[in-house]
Amino acid sequence: MSARIVSISPAFEDVMPNEYKELVENGPYGKEYKVTDLGKYKELVEEHPLCAGCGLALSLRLVLASLPSPEDTVIVGSTGCSALVFPQVGLHNVHSLFGNQNAVASGIKRALSLRFPDHVKDVVVVAGDGATADIGLDMVMQSWFRREKIATIMLDNEAYANTGGQESGMSMEGTVMNMAPKGKVFPKADLPKVAEAAGCVYVAAASPSRPGKLGKVVRRAILIAREVGPTYVQLLSPCPTNFKTKPSDTLVSIKTREKEKHFKQYEYISDDAQSYLNALEEAGRHG
Amino acid sequence: MGDSARTTVVLPIHIKSAESEAFLEPHRYKVVSGPEGFLPPAAASMGIELPEQGEGLIEGARVPAASALEEAATRLVNANNPTFFPGPLILWNWKDGIAEKAQALKDLADTLGAKIIPMPDYRPKYPMINPEIEVNPNHPNLTIWHNKIDVCVFIGVHCHYANMALKIIRGGTDCCTIALCAEAGHEDAVISLRDFGLTDLQALTAAVNRLKARG
Repeated sequence: MSARIVSISPAFEDVMPNEYKELVENGPYGKEYKVTDLGKYKELVEEHPLCAGCGLALSLRLVLASLPSPEDTVIVGSTGCSALVFPQVGLHNVHSLFGNQNAVASGIKRALSLRFPDHVKDVVVVAGDGATADIGLDMVMQSWFRREKIATIMLDNEAYANTGGQESGMSMEGTVMNMAPKGKVFPKADLPKVAEAAGCVYVAAASPSRPGKLGKVVRRAILIAREVGPTYVQLLSPCPTNFKTKPSDTLVSIKTREKEKHFKQYEYISDDAQSYLNALEEAGRHG
Repeated sequence: MGDSARTTVVLPIHIKSAESEAFLEPHRYKVVSGPEGFLPPAAASMGIELPEQGEGLIEGARVPAASALEEAATRLVNANNPTFFPGPLILWNWKDGIAEKAQALKDLADTLGAKIIPMPDYRPKYPMINPEIEVNPNHPNLTIWHNKIDVCVFIGVHCHYANMALKIIRGGTDCCTIALCAEAGHEDAVISLRDFGLTDLQALTAAVNRLKARG
């Protein structure tokens, strides 16, 4: 697994479909593209089966566009809407059992560290709020306690969205959905604070309403996880299907939430993480 | 249920004799070209075993590797439209030695005048796939039907996807499948070789040339 894996065997260059040739010649591998470069190159995901206006699809596109080294990245996913996209992504990805994603990612990270001791491989967990904050919270927190050097990204659509609409720990208090008709009776879990207390050296909350900021925090989380310790990013990604909003209003709904103080961009950087970012800045690599 | 109903008959399969082989042979499941039906059984579930080192499989029977290689060459030479399906492990130049193996496969295909239709990855691309130029393990039958392929060769395909695709092909098409596997071989292929490397590819090319010269 390296940039070599995206080079075509010379004998087969003439039979390889154009789509793959284009990915090799004009993809993001080895290029260090950022969110602001979108549109200039062939993206890692171009088609997906998610609903129109899906906030999660917006977040995922931006996450994939923010990976510092896609050719050296393994994404570990879990059950949920995002699992429908990963088979379409031109990247190493592993689907774990529901909630096991951080345990699986820990094992992969350790195995890769042994197999490639001189070459850093990024292991990034991308899972929904159900897998991260409810069903998999045990595995997520244990990986943080153990200070595993993995980045955990939660695509927070505040519901179990592809099973008809049940409330999750991340749903807002009072949320009414198809299968939560009485409304949620307790508040949204404050997972960023939990992550901080559990040992994450970098924690952020962002949303696709500010693509540049989202790209920056994802990139920081992955870079810091390489050297310093576990990191956590929470991306608000509203679900128009379950919350019955217009697909075209997804970003508007995030901005409304921000205006009404129900969501805020957030960033916590530990001293060690800040020192590392400073070193990266000095070395000319923007953290 | 009484004790008499529980009586178990133990077949003396440990005794290697012509008599016992003849007794068992009619019941042996044969892995042959299909179409076998919508959901063919996995050959392993029908008692087909993987070959040991130095062996191959012909229609599910373990034979010396040289015999399996000769049979593969024969089927390829006699085919109307032999086609190679190279998978990611040989299409992508991911480690030392792969480029040489890829070139050897290209040489073999050129010797046969066979087509090469790649399987670059395993993304479920249905229904967008262009069966003219690529094959996908989730619906290999589309490529076989479209191109009227009568003998196909799997090489460089990760084993779990090869097993699935081979079963789909046996289920829905009349295509003969040959699996040239660098690992332990494939029960679900009509002909399978294991531990298949560069020298084996060159040996297969030599066998094809010999058969063609014989006419």
